[in-house]
Amino acid sequence: MANQISNKSSDTPSALPISIRGLTKKYGRLHALDSVDLEIKSGEFLTLLGPSGSGKTTLLMAIAGFNRPDAGSVRFAETEMILTPPHRRDVGMVFQSYALFPHMTVAENIAFPLKLRRVGSGECADRVAAALATVQLSDLGERKIDQLSGGQRQRVALARAFVFRPRILLMDEPLSALDKKLREQMQIELKHLHRQLGVTTVYVTHDQREALTMSDRIAIINHGRLTQVDTPQAIYNHPANSFVADFIGESTILPLSRDDSGKLLFEGHLISSSPTQDSGGAWSLVIRPERLFFIQDSAADSEQAIVFDGMVKEFVFQGETAFVLVSIADKYNLSVRFGTNSFSSQNAMQPGDRVSLGLHRKDVIVIPQSM
Amino acid sequence: MDWWKKPASDTQVTHGDRLWLYIVATIVMLLLVIPTLIVMPMSFSDSQYLEFPPSNWSLRWYAEYVDSSKWMRATVTSLQVGTLTMLLATPLGTLAAYALFVSGHRAAKAVFVFLITPMIVPVILIAIGTFYAYGRVGLNNTITGLVLAHTALATPLVMIVITAALRTYDLNQERVARSLGSTRLKAFFIITLPQIKFSVMTAALLSFLTSFDEVIIAIFISGGSNATLTKHMFSALRDYIDPTIAAISTILILVSTVLLLTTQFIGSRQK
Repeated sequence: MANQISNKSSDTPSALPISIRGLTKKYGRLHALDSVDLEIKSGEFLTLLGPSGSGKTTLLMAIAGFNRPDAGSVRFAETEMILTPPHRRDVGMVFQSYALFPHMTVAENIAFPLKLRRVGSGECADRVAAALATVQLSDLGERKIDQLSGGQRQRVALARAFVFRPRILLMDEPLSALDKKLREQMQIELKHLHRQLGVTTVYVTHDQREALTMSDRIAIINHGRLTQVDTPQAIYNHPANSFVADFIGESTILPLSRDDSGKLLFEGHLISSSPTQDSGGAWSLVIRPERLFFIQDSAADSEQAIVFDGMVKEFVFQGETAFVLVSIADKYNLSVRFGTNSFSSQNAMQPGDRVSLGLHRKDVIVIPQSM
Repeated sequence: MDWWKKPASDTQVTHGDRLWLYIVATIVMLLLVIPTLIVMPMSFSDSQYLEFPPSNWSLRWYAEYVDSSKWMRATVTSLQVGTLTMLLATPLGTLAAYALFVSGHRAAKAVFVFLITPMIVPVILIAIGTFYAYGRVGLNNTITGLVLAHTALATPLVMIVITAALRTYDLNQERVARSLGSTRLKAFFIITLPQIKFSVMTAALLSFLTSFDEVIIAIFISGGSNATLTKHMFSALRDYIDPTIAAISTILILVSTVLLLTTQFIGSRQK
């Protein structure tokens, strides 16, 4: 941090930190945003992830200046932006619908923010060409928008958003209109582009895999509140509550009971002796399907692993992985996922087979039970 | 294969099955068009009276129209009122349609319906009401009064045309333009307006025609040197049968047709 401030005078900063405090926005009685606090670091790729109606787009629009929050503050570096109209915020934006201008060519679209900033025609042409090269569309400058494919439109929208070198880039589900293959390719390209530009990026999506793939940090939002803000690994491995555990990745959530000494048990298996921040309430066990492994011979719980005995209810081959539903204690269904290969005897599993499943103690996730 | 056995569309229905439909459609079309078209040959008659079919052909009634200072003055009035109505109703209706479309306000729909009422209320009621209201403020028999009344009639049309255009338009384009550094006003003029300009032109032509064709309100509130063409035609028909009216009607039909075809042509080029 100290480094950054000392660099400021010599080098124009390529990115700005965003500081959001107590941001609240109501639509009628509904809290679209409920006192949101969020610090986005300079140059960071932060994803706002949440189900539809969670407030993620409202938050993005508040950063862009398209809605006026009822309370709270949005600062770019040290500057309060709440009263600054969108056109003076210097923020690049990409919409889900791309919102390209159909009455202009590709090059005219990209030149649009430069013209507004009265960039000279020579420099303007150079920068448009450079932006087109960055998004690999060098030959398409003279095309009309309706002559472009979905993926190409996406790239033009992107080029138009960064060509004027904004220090903040906002994207509202920019890839959701593309098919799966192209979307995955663009995710990698966007990530690469972000590294190249070094611009602070706030990205909105409802696709958890996309969020995991691209983000430095993910902010999970639900009912207008931030539930958890952390790196993809931390969020996946240590979800803060059942909403996050359920929303990110696949998971089986099982209720835990307590013995007299306060230890957490599941059907007689010792799960955790003392969860952090234990307030004596109810807890749940979260099991990621790929963290379970099959054990050939039935064994007892050990120092390293917990062993569940159960019966196969369903076996589904899905290509690169297979998915097995295992019933334990005749009450609970455990989802198991494993990589398929021709040597695996598990490929021949049948419903009704008895199996033993192991879970490393390091993979145990306990979360407070939601009300 | 015989024509009537061929399928008429993607369904199994053949042209033969549809024959009755073609006949009905033709009759309806003729009923709609013949009364209009019958005026045209009558206008080229040499007779003192309206006559169909004409026994002798001449252009005397066109000459009568062009030479009459009364008809010419009325024509100028109609053109003036039409143009001013167009210039007033088009921006007003466009702005209203845009505002109501963009605003997410609960009352937007109600305001829209309220502004559309001149289209729904019988024109005769508007005419009577306007006549008495104008009597108080001295706007009867004035160009201003006519333009204001016609603008009230034409604005709903403009609003409907522009709202339809905005429905197919992605308002995020304006948002993007603003995020890229354009003020909201500028974004409207350089991003939104160019994309709905054909609809704006259509709306302008329609508002001109609304005023130019309008007769009921004109009968009530226009008069003297500021009487419109349609009002003169109506009075002329009531007093005596003057074939000049056939000539004027023919000209009006041509003007209207050309204007409507123009809007159609503009509309099809837009796609």
